[in-house]
Amino acid sequence: MKAGHKFLLGAALIVGSVGFLIAQGVKETGVYFLTPAELAERTTADSTFYDVGLKMGAKVVPGSIRRDPGNRQVDFQVSDGVQSYPVTYRGLVPDTFTDANDIEVIVEGRLGRDGVFRATEVLAKCGSRYEAVYEEAQA
Amino acid sequence: MTLLGEFSLWMALLLGVWASIIAFSGRWQDRPDLAASVTNATYGIFGALVVASISLWKGLAGHDFNIEYVAAYTSRNLPDGYIFSAFWAGQKGSLLFWAVVLSLFAALAQLLTPRRYAPLLPYVAGVTSAVTAFFVCTMLFAANPFERLPFTPADGRGLNPQLQNPGMMIHPPMLYLGYISITIPFAFAVAALLTRGLDTGWIHAIRKWTLVSWLFLSVGITLGMWWAYVELGWGGYWAWDPVENASLLPWLTMTAFLHSVMIQEKRGMLKRWNLGLIIGTFLLSIFGTFITRSGVIASVHSFTQSNVGYFFLGFLVVAGILSFTLLYTRWPLLKADVQLESVLSREAAFLFNNLLLVGIAFSVLWGTLFPILSELVRGSKITVGPPFFNRVNVPLGLLLLGLTGIGPLIAWRKASAANLKRQFIAPVTAGLVTLAGLLAAGVRDFHALVALALAGFVAGTVSQEFYRGVRARMRMHGESVPLAFGRLVGRNRRRYGGYLVHVGVLIYFVAFAGMAFKREMEATLKPGEAVELASPFGHTYRLTHVGISQFEALNRVVSAATLSVEKDGELVGLLSSEKRQHVDSFKRPTFEPSTEVGIWSNLQEDLYVTFAGAVGGTEEAVYRITINPLVWWVWFGGFVLALGGIVTMWPGGGPTMARATRRGQAGYEVALVEAGKE
Repeated sequence: MKAGHKFLLGAALIVGSVGFLIAQGVKETGVYFLTPAELAERTTADSTFYDVGLKMGAKVVPGSIRRDPGNRQVDFQVSDGVQSYPVTYRGLVPDTFTDANDIEVIVEGRLGRDGVFRATEVLAKCGSRYEAVYEEAQA
Repeated sequence: MTLLGEFSLWMALLLGVWASIIAFSGRWQDRPDLAASVTNATYGIFGALVVASISLWKGLAGHDFNIEYVAAYTSRNLPDGYIFSAFWAGQKGSLLFWAVVLSLFAALAQLLTPRRYAPLLPYVAGVTSAVTAFFVCTMLFAANPFERLPFTPADGRGLNPQLQNPGMMIHPPMLYLGYISITIPFAFAVAALLTRGLDTGWIHAIRKWTLVSWLFLSVGITLGMWWAYVELGWGGYWAWDPVENASLLPWLTMTAFLHSVMIQEKRGMLKRWNLGLIIGTFLLSIFGTFITRSGVIASVHSFTQSNVGYFFLGFLVVAGILSFTLLYTRWPLLKADVQLESVLSREAAFLFNNLLLVGIAFSVLWGTLFPILSELVRGSKITVGPPFFNRVNVPLGLLLLGLTGIGPLIAWRKASAANLKRQFIAPVTAGLVTLAGLLAAGVRDFHALVALALAGFVAGTVSQEFYRGVRARMRMHGESVPLAFGRLVGRNRRRYGGYLVHVGVLIYFVAFAGMAFKREMEATLKPGEAVELASPFGHTYRLTHVGISQFEALNRVVSAATLSVEKDGELVGLLSSEKRQHVDSFKRPTFEPSTEVGIWSNLQEDLYVTFAGAVGGTEEAVYRITINPLVWWVWFGGFVLALGGIVTMWPGGGPTMARATRRGQAGYEVALVEAGKE
């Protein structure tokens, strides 16, 4: 076998394993990213879609946050304006997670058959206060 | 001042358009005055952008809150250092920073490039001017840093508290310098393609530039890890966040390029691959900027969404099409001088290293873009997170680490059985001894075992190289050990600096492996209550909650929760973590509250404490406590890596010296080959 061919074999092996690792990784770790409305649509269409690991991006319903006294569990509602879900999360929430207007969150977890979303992770993006000041000044 | 700033931006745009039109028209080839005019235009652009930058800085320093950018990113009570760094803290300012630094590099490339590459320079100026003009254009039409508000706020919003960290004053500029300096090698590559001067000349001309951008990227990425570790508070330094990934991508392809150019220099192979790599690296640097600014992918590091993203996407597509088309039209000129002779050769080891680096880059890119790709192709958004990146990149990274040890041991062209035996015995033994030691110490984590054994092997390789080099010098020149060592490194900076970089890389891997043994707990403690936590190195930490204190600092209201720390029964000190509410000069709260973590660090492990909040206004505190093994070594690895990078590019001597060195090195290689025959 010529050196070039041997090299190509090695190269194919590397490229193949990269491809294999990527395909496997996506298959076994990929999760859906849905809005509440999309999630509702899916569970209506497919009744087995409960308890499937997924991420949901939505806004926290203002005033809906209930924290337990130890700060270790929070319950809140998320909504995209079409559909809303109660979420329960055990763990520490990020600083940016508040009841203020328009806090966008990404919750990762599973929707139970009881309609409650049990989150294993909560990420929050903060709204921009400066724009609020700007609007006040304009009004 | 904003008027002057905006006027300067327009000047820079006009000069940039002029320089690129003249450069690419090729009219300068028989008109020396036009060639000079193109070069002068790059100096002019730099001058104009310096004026624009000073205008913005004056606005920042003078608290001119009528300027939207100044009001959005600073406030009266912001410390001076952060007023200075607010220049690049926001979208618009960072675009100006980018443009001014690029124009500086462009001017330096014109000034510092030796005369023998003069035919390339007008084209180089054309590319750099076009890229600068693009950035200026984006500012003028989508993100003008000099935009004024219809009213003047009494105080600005202040800087995001997470950016109020000394690391943030240097991390973004370092990373930007890395991203930006990639444009120069890219410009030389395009110039070489346009002039059809496709021998190794352009590669020699950009050697320092590629090392400079690689070094800035490395330092920038490491500082970014440090910032994430001390500021984001989740207990780690790398989360495979899209913006982190975006900075890793050009670093990976640039690392591949630094290795593969050696093959082109020595053997005249891989010409197409090298051009493809440098074009790809440039596009990835623009892609990184696009990801950071467009908001297409959510990230903790990103700027707020804006239509600047469309400008970058457009530029990315146009630059990609133009440069790859150009490469395609020169394809036949780029045939390799020789063929690969053996798979057991340094060339082949470098090729595999390149494939792995590009493979890792591809998988990271794929994972980062997967939400978008899956939505386009299958109509539903699917995301992948850290588990995906770890699954794919841990095995690939370990293979790469293995090649780091193998590459320097294999001879160029074709390795003989004798050569392999002579080279590999000691390093392989070092790896096996490491493995045995770890097994005896009770380590059972598979990936950590492989990583540490390979690290032992690479350490063996590097030590053997240094040992043999020093011994050869001592024999040939009768030098003492320190002298031989100093001259060995000093006269073969590229080679031994490179080995030092490998040492840095292996330290990184050891530190990363340590994170497999992370310990984590949450605790709710009343004052006086304590928790115990055992560390992977067998120490026991006892943490007693002292209490929560509240105080006001310069621009914030702070609640600090304090723990007293005992290690193995001995008091080592107090550790505080703070919740901060930043306020403006009227004591109105700005931003959401932020957390400052408490870290107690030693060479073995970090005790990392996050104050998650007080229970119902009492002094009962909720803590998250983690023990992160070997984190100190990440920063030390970064230091060694940077040191190695500096050694490889340390200036010294002119061409004469380089020739002498090459002769010396060749003689030394002959000596080694002869020694091998004994």
